Amino acid sequence: MFHIYCPHCCEYREEEEFHVAGQAHIARPLDPDACTDKEWGEFMYFRANPRGIHHELWVHGAGCRKYFNVTRDTQTYEIKEVYKVGEKPSVVADDVK
Amino acid sequence: MQHYSGFGLLKHSFSHHENWQRVWRNPTPKKKYDVIIVGGGGHGLATAYYLAKEFGITNVAVIEKGFLGGGNTARNTTIVRSNYLWDEAAHLYEHAMKLWEGLSQDLNYNVMFSQRGCLNLGHTLQDMRDIQRRVNANRLNGIDGEVLDTQQVKEIVPVLDCSDRARYPVLGASWQPRAGVARHDAVAWGFARGADAHGVDLIQQTEVEDLIIEDGTVVGVRTARYGEIRADRVGCVVAGNSSVLAKMAGFELPLESHPLQALVSEPIKPILDTVVMSNQVHGYASQSDKGDLVIGAGIDSYNGYGQRGSYSTIEHTIQAIVEMFPVFSRVRMNRQWGGIVDTCPDACPIISETPVKNLFFNCGWGTGGFKATPGSGHVFAASLAKGEMHPLAKPFSMFRFHNGALVDEHGAAGVAH
Repeated sequence: MFHIYCPHCCEYREEEEFHVAGQAHIARPLDPDACTDKEWGEFMYFRANPRGIHHELWVHGAGCRKYFNVTRDTQTYEIKEVYKVGEKPSVVADDVK
Repeated sequence: MQHYSGFGLLKHSFSHHENWQRVWRNPTPKKKYDVIIVGGGGHGLATAYYLAKEFGITNVAVIEKGFLGGGNTARNTTIVRSNYLWDEAAHLYEHAMKLWEGLSQDLNYNVMFSQRGCLNLGHTLQDMRDIQRRVNANRLNGIDGEVLDTQQVKEIVPVLDCSDRARYPVLGASWQPRAGVARHDAVAWGFARGADAHGVDLIQQTEVEDLIIEDGTVVGVRTARYGEIRADRVGCVVAGNSSVLAKMAGFELPLESHPLQALVSEPIKPILDTVVMSNQVHGYASQSDKGDLVIGAGIDSYNGYGQRGSYSTIEHTIQAIVEMFPVFSRVRMNRQWGGIVDTCPDACPIISETPVKNLFFNCGWGTGGFKATPGSGHVFAASLAKGEMHPLAKPFSMFRFHNGALVDEHGAAGVAH
């Protein structure tokens, strides 16, 4: 069971109030019509899915209903940091530094 | 290979069962193989077995980082069925079902395949419409199936709450009589024993640390324990860790790894002689030969490689089971565990060539891979042997996520994934 800090409500709440919404920082192509099938398919479906540090989008569904980002270790499940949408993570995996 | 039989059992009883042969060798790997299978779970071992037996390629190594069948093969809820909606998926799972039906004889190893039937309950009018559509599609594909009403369901499972007082009343179900359960560990052990007997090297406790790729072609793997092992073709069958191996090869897969939990109760007397699944209240249960109720439901929604999930998911699963079977409310749970499942956006597997030449992946089975074990191994072995995908595997290319030809079983299959 995670205790997750909601940066909008500014308090720790239980995992059940939240829902994960997938990998964070995926930029939608600016001109979808100009994408090849491959580019569009990768935007839609292909994900990093690392074993280790992962940046993901969560929504405080049973609270303020706002989205925010979480950096989490997918092996140990430790939450490294929580930051708002539009901000950059300060904890990143070694191979992307 | 020592042949197993009733007579053999009797013979060995005279020597207090102390002279049984080892079931498989524990070899040191050669420098070079025709095919390397990464991952010694059910699907990987089945692939090796069929490569050697059906396709005559015996210079094969299975490289496993832990022990054989210690991942999701050891952690699933053992359900086998083939009542999938779409033709592509139905053909693949029915191919597996046909192999299941002769598997114990083929392997000379009792996998305890018990065709006790599977009910997929419907609780709403839309559920029943979907069930009618799916059963109709199944029958057109030569897969057995019937639509049952509430009374017929009650006759099959008297302990199921079929009253109209239930919060989600049972309106009916789909019924696949040929579905059932199998002894999951025996499946891995039977395939391992069969593969070993055909000369396949099973290399345990050896983690693949990197794939050796030269000019866009895979030529082998690098392991910590034995260094480089070369091969003409490499097949990766590593379930939850597929994305990690794909990253070594320099590409991404359309997969996300999630924890999937299951649990068993204390052993109780026989009470449930079939498999009951419900999409709507979202849980499924069967009873093992030992007497434990084997219970499962959905994945934890976050990505995870930790082979454990959140308590709240277990709580929801149990709520669903008690909703369906009020009689189980005081049964105590014995054990709970998690495995890592690699889920695909369309809830169908990836059996595919990759951007790297001679490198093949069999992954993305998500929450429902066990039922496909022999079929998956068979079509993957055929693909590895010929260097081109088996006709049943073709629709499951990873490139379907580029061209849009998804096989959308999400919600269409018997239970939510």
